[in-house]
Amino acid sequence: MTLSALLLRALVVLLVLASAGYALPSWMQFMLTMAMANGLVSLGIVLLMRGGVVAFGQGLMSAIGGYAAALVFLNWGITDAVLLALLGGISAMLITAPFAPLLARYRGIFFSMLTLALSMVGYGLLVKTESLGGSDGFNMGRVTLFGHALADDEVRFGLYATTLVLTLVSAVLARIYFLSSRGLVTRAVRDNELRVEYLGGSVSQTMSLNFVLAAFLGGMGGALAVMVLGHIDPNFSYWTTSGEFVFVAILAGSQSVVAVMLSSLVLEMVRSFSSAYFPNTWQLALGIFLLLVIRFMPLGLGSLWSKTEKPSEKQL
Amino acid sequence: MNLALTIAIDGVTYASWLFIVALGLTLVFGVLKILNIAHGSFYALGAYVTATLVSLAASWALPPAMSLVAMLLAAVLVAVLVAPLTERGLLRFFYGRDEVLLVLVTYAMFLMMEDLTKLIWGANPFYVSEPYGMFGNIDIGNQTYVGYDFMLVALALVVGLGVWWGLNRTRFGKIVTAVIHSAEVASSMGIQVSRVYMLAFAVGIFLAALGGAFTAPMLSVQPGLSVGVIIISFAVVIIGGLGSIEGAAIGALIVGLARALAVHVWPVAELFSVYLVMALVLMFRPQGLFQRIQARKI
Amino acid sequence: MITTLARRALTASVLALLSHNAFAQETFKIGIVSFLSGQAAESFGIPAVNGAKVLVDAFNKGQAPAPYNKPGIGGMPIEVIYVDEAGGATKQVQELRNLYERDKVDVVVGYVGSGDCLAVAPVAEELKKFLILYDCGTPRIFEDNTFRYVFRTAAHATMDNVSMARYLKARNIPVKTFNLINQDYAWGQDSRKDFILSMTNLYPDAKAGVDQLPKFGAGQYGTEISALMSQPADLVHSSLWGGDLQAFVLQAGPRGLFKKSQVVLTAGDHVLPGLGEKMPDGTILGARGAYGLMAPPSPLNTWFWDLYSKANNVYPVQAPYRMAQALMGLKLAAEKAMAANKGKKPSTEVLAASLRGSEWMSPGGKIRMALSNGQQAIQDSAIGRTQWDATKKMVVLNDIQRFDAECVNPPLNVKSEDWLKSGFAGAKCDAKPAAAAKAADKKPAK
Repeated sequence: MTLSALLLRALVVLLVLASAGYALPSWMQFMLTMAMANGLVSLGIVLLMRGGVVAFGQGLMSAIGGYAAALVFLNWGITDAVLLALLGGISAMLITAPFAPLLARYRGIFFSMLTLALSMVGYGLLVKTESLGGSDGFNMGRVTLFGHALADDEVRFGLYATTLVLTLVSAVLARIYFLSSRGLVTRAVRDNELRVEYLGGSVSQTMSLNFVLAAFLGGMGGALAVMVLGHIDPNFSYWTTSGEFVFVAILAGSQSVVAVMLSSLVLEMVRSFSSAYFPNTWQLALGIFLLLVIRFMPLGLGSLWSKTEKPSEKQL
Repeated sequence: MNLALTIAIDGVTYASWLFIVALGLTLVFGVLKILNIAHGSFYALGAYVTATLVSLAASWALPPAMSLVAMLLAAVLVAVLVAPLTERGLLRFFYGRDEVLLVLVTYAMFLMMEDLTKLIWGANPFYVSEPYGMFGNIDIGNQTYVGYDFMLVALALVVGLGVWWGLNRTRFGKIVTAVIHSAEVASSMGIQVSRVYMLAFAVGIFLAALGGAFTAPMLSVQPGLSVGVIIISFAVVIIGGLGSIEGAAIGALIVGLARALAVHVWPVAELFSVYLVMALVLMFRPQGLFQRIQARKI
Repeated sequence: MITTLARRALTASVLALLSHNAFAQETFKIGIVSFLSGQAAESFGIPAVNGAKVLVDAFNKGQAPAPYNKPGIGGMPIEVIYVDEAGGATKQVQELRNLYERDKVDVVVGYVGSGDCLAVAPVAEELKKFLILYDCGTPRIFEDNTFRYVFRTAAHATMDNVSMARYLKARNIPVKTFNLINQDYAWGQDSRKDFILSMTNLYPDAKAGVDQLPKFGAGQYGTEISALMSQPADLVHSSLWGGDLQAFVLQAGPRGLFKKSQVVLTAGDHVLPGLGEKMPDGTILGARGAYGLMAPPSPLNTWFWDLYSKANNVYPVQAPYRMAQALMGLKLAAEKAMAANKGKKPSTEVLAASLRGSEWMSPGGKIRMALSNGQQAIQDSAIGRTQWDATKKMVVLNDIQRFDAECVNPPLNVKSEDWLKSGFAGAKCDAKPAAAAKAADKKPAK
């Protein structure tokens, strides 16, 4: 698809979702906004998954982005939602950049476990930092949008629209990236690193870049989540949170960016549904759902409408 | 030097408990290539079944020594009943998929088992602490220790030696080792790999349940038991090297001693000392300390 | 032209609408959020929910004693939706919104976890919906924020450690050194800090020694116990709770910790029914209020005790008491508001005005909404000493001492930490006679 076609499609989606969202009740808008914010974090995982590694550390990225946004809001008086989202992404990116080449050397289960360990170290540090509220975290107030203070009935939709726009922009950019040369090399890395090196590509540079971009998405997602929730705590960095992001990425598969958002929404809905109807057994319900998805959707939701590619040796 | 002795004893007693639990985890990964997050749930299951059996034994007025038998029996029951069910009925469908995907499958299993144990045993705590006092107390220096903790050390040694002997000195052990190195080649040599998988998984579950069974007397058996065990056994297994028995032992010792050191000397660091060690090991020796050399397929 | 079928359908739907309005009775919908899974379920969440169930049932049948004897709330039947608090603050924010906007509850009563309370309070405020926090301990809720529609019907956690320190002083228990073991998260960290500050005020020469902060949910305390015993102190303070506390007692008891040092457990009452004989005698503990075996005798308490025990085969400890006082306060405030509103359900604004600054009797004593603009409660607290009673086959509490609300809670407009640092300036403590509680106070064995 050409660039202009892609942009046109994105614009149409924006208009449709924005107007649909306007009509929805507030709690649904909230759920969709959270789904998109979480979807961004999972998009980062998909970025890395295309390179053959599964990152269990995106929780840490979202925590960094979230804490950065919240702290900047409280201490430096920057209240613009878009600015805070970008700041969240950038701070996660800056913190990750020095470590990216190091992390790019790991594969498979070790990469996942290392990112998980780092995520838990982050969690431990946050819990012990009393000035950041320790394990209780802290609250942040209401954001503004381009200088305009959001009134009570504007807040929900304002945040929804902001998140929607940022998500779509990220989705378009991700799509462009996937089809760029670097993005294609990423796919090649997943299939066979050795050959990539022999053909002159740099695995380390590719993966480092992917890692940094994933960090940006994670940080931005975290910042948006904080703005929507009004609260942040170290749980953002806990391994089960990271596990949920990974699950969404697996559910979506690595073909389609839209699938990531849909999967995020599906998880939110299933979580909410099981909690409402099975207050005592919602974990059982969630576990069964996870198993069914992993079993019957080997290539993720994206495979339902994208060109089904030949599954590589390592089926994800 | 009293402090050093205390740290050593604390480290070793903690490590022995950890070793029994982590050994099963590393075995399952070594053979089936599955990093089992639900390992903690089997540990909890062992504790729950023990609670049921020991109170049964008490109600039948059996002598206290029988409670140890009951604990062993509990672990065996869990392995015999639950392991085949899980492996044949669930995990089998996911073989061949990526390792990380299997982690998520086991995560789903963990979620399900949390609620299932709550449904079967309820949310109230069970106490099965009579066995804890069976071995009396031992005074070393100015500290009083419970004899039971030392019994655990002995148990850990027995278990470790048993598994090592089983893997290295029996014919079946050699078969399992072959499967660990390459399931494909082993299968082409006529080994029934699926049977090996099931037995290895059963042994791994047995060890987890054993850990839970023998730990039950020193705490209250209630929902949430599984969570505390998962991450720390992961750390041990990663540090020691996935699939290595010596690794599990050394890893457990390292974690136990590191923790004991932190608790006695610098308590502030205790919270993330384990994760830090895990991250450091992963960064500098990602295969762990005793990882088997695996040929990379091109 | 309307077909016969269409006409029938139209009639049917109109009738359905009319009958719905005519016969469906309006209910007072309460969302109750507490831990139904995870580590806090067994010690706090499920007992509280059980307390809510028996109480709401009694309310609806009009069987509660005066002044709670009106059926339902002002005649309107109470309908409850239970939500599990497990899953983290993020999930709770979503669930709260669902409760108010999708399930259309009138009031939410909930939250044990301080992190959850801090996260959900601003949400209720933003939605202008009524929220009662019934259990969480952090003083930060109202000290760091102001709310109009968020209330807490129980005293916050500062009270626990102040009462404990005062008890030690009142009993003349010598403390030259004290060790601490608390869980390494906000609750444990705050408890530790509050206790140290309180001790500085009452025992200026006492020194803090070993300071252990095990991970939440650790379960294995062998190493920590060795550390506590290698430098033995007069006192060991702990705010451990739930499974962690039970494990700690089971592991430390046989090793003689409770004999070497005086152990004080600020929130420990809830483990007594389960641990029974395994709880070493002479342990000093609190219940975060005058609850359970330490509740002041009253017909209301006796009624609640029997109601709960019959339904659950165990006597009520702190969690159901705190739920009870929340629901009772809500009921009275709502009924007062409805009486002024011709029996119609009050708006959030009116309900808030009604609860603000009010006071009522609960099984745990009088609850007064006295702090933070009438939205934060204060109440009496009690500390006692354990003893295993072989004939009753339960742990009883001796040497019970209750502390006036105004003695152990900060005064109006003073932040808890400042109050502690100021040496309890403004506290109103009468010298209560040491033998304040006698055998008559203790509840008969179930």
